[in-house]
Amino acid sequence: MSIVVDSVTKRFGDFVALDDVSLQVRDGSLTALLGPSGGGKSTLLRVIAGLEHPDAGRVMIAGEDATPQPPQRRNVGFVFQHYAAFKHMTVRKNVAFGLTIRKRPKDEVEARVGELLELVHLEGFADRYPSQLSGGQRQRMALARALAVQPRVLLLDEPFGALDATVRKELRAWLRRLHDEVHVTTVFVTHDQEEAMEVAEQIVVLNDGRTEQVGSPRDLYEHPANEFVMRFVGPVTPLGERWLRPHDVDILLEPVMGATEAMIERVTHLGFEVRVELSLGDGDSTWVQTTRGRAEQLELAEGEIVWLRPARDPAMAPEPA
Amino acid sequence: MKTRLALRFAALGYLALLLGIPVALVFINAFQDGVAAAWEAVTTPEAQHAFYLTMVMVAVAVPLNTIFGVLCALAIVRQRFRGRALLNAMVDLPFAVSPVVVGLALLLVYGHRDGWIGEWLAENGIRVIFSTPGMILATMFVSLPFVVREVIPVLREIGTEQEQAAATLGAGAFQTFFRVTLPAIRWGVAYGVVLTTARALGEFGAVSVVSGKLSGRTETATLFVENRFQRFDETGAYAASVVLALLALVTLLAMNLIKPKEEVRA
Repeated sequence: MSIVVDSVTKRFGDFVALDDVSLQVRDGSLTALLGPSGGGKSTLLRVIAGLEHPDAGRVMIAGEDATPQPPQRRNVGFVFQHYAAFKHMTVRKNVAFGLTIRKRPKDEVEARVGELLELVHLEGFADRYPSQLSGGQRQRMALARALAVQPRVLLLDEPFGALDATVRKELRAWLRRLHDEVHVTTVFVTHDQEEAMEVAEQIVVLNDGRTEQVGSPRDLYEHPANEFVMRFVGPVTPLGERWLRPHDVDILLEPVMGATEAMIERVTHLGFEVRVELSLGDGDSTWVQTTRGRAEQLELAEGEIVWLRPARDPAMAPEPA
Repeated sequence: MKTRLALRFAALGYLALLLGIPVALVFINAFQDGVAAAWEAVTTPEAQHAFYLTMVMVAVAVPLNTIFGVLCALAIVRQRFRGRALLNAMVDLPFAVSPVVVGLALLLVYGHRDGWIGEWLAENGIRVIFSTPGMILATMFVSLPFVVREVIPVLREIGTEQEQAAATLGAGAFQTFFRVTLPAIRWGVAYGVVLTTARALGEFGAVSVVSGKLSGRTETATLFVENRFQRFDETGAYAASVVLALLALVTLLAMNLIKPKEEVRA
């Protein structure tokens, strides 16, 4: 089901967490709310779930105004960063919770729980307690619990934030596949641009309680709306007055029009990628990303003088007006 | 190594001197004239009534203070309202005020002749002072803080995420409380109940003031112990003390028995 956030404002005392935020999430899509901590992304997710009430604005779920509804009535699945597992219940009971509350017949609950445990690969863990599971398993249990009630939308608040890097990577790929299987409209919060790029179809960049840009991962990377987005969604390097992606800088051995003279300080080989650190004439320094083949071809070495020029059609934020 | 031994010795020695030896002597003295004499001393009609009355105190004070304690802890931890700090401080009042003062305060409110509402109650046929209701009130007063104090830290620790998760899964306030919050705080509640029970069993000062100490009528087990002791019936006094100690012990054991074993606590 689609979600429409219409001019939502939310304050906590003097702090403005959301400042007139509007947003549309397409039915069946997978959207990331991306931004630095304190930017308002978790608050926005909680407003959609009904866990926070906005001071102004509306939230529509599946075309219906959900703003006055309490979370119980919204039929949304919510997954918390720290799992919020019911510690005194087995995995089976945790997953069955929403169905038990809805007083579904026992055999139906049993069948559905079995199905979901299979979906999240926890078939053998039904009778364990959350304390007997690893972090990744707990989060998969929480996801199964949220999906059990067939929610209209699935909301995940930094779902992989408490997990270590390897498990995080695994779960990301898995969430992506799960979404392809289940097709439930999904919104997740993350402060990790790589996670947002890898998993989401649509990314909403939130900063200081405002939407900076909404677009596909590629849009954001190649056509950032402003310098904040440019710097937030990928690496940047300074060249003159502008910020460029480090792979959008050409290294030349001879001076040409519009190129900047620089001296190579250090060449680091990172497998296929080569990082070249340079100092510019005015004492500033910068770095450029190139490939091993290109570096060998140019015979880049420390102490050498080269010229830097923006590549053709680089990703760049528009000049501030 | 030496410090560790010294530490252990100090802790155990302190406990032995202050608790172990005196309590052991009570047990020994109770049976100085044999088990039969002790049994007889605690099965007289007066003794039986005293234990019955103590049980009534426990049966009323513990459930009421448990319900109040959980609600009060929820209000203090989960809500923001004017007077929250005051409520939090008031709960500790029974710890700070001597039980004798509690008894006297109850006299000022419920005394038949000059109590604040005692006169009106007496005219309507309700006796509080020198009667069971007054003694129950005194017991409730002194045993009030335990559940609140045990539950508050547990509520803080579990946080609100589990409750929010329950809400998004469709659970209303009552369902969330009974299915999620209460099970999560149950060991805090259980420990609070044990302490409340122990305190209610052992209460002497406040009950003593409001009871009138009428043997066989308004005499609880602790008052019975004092009564026997002052009449030089040492066997009676110590034997009744042993029964009180055993009752407290049973409460503790019961709590350990109902603890589920399948749960692995992280």
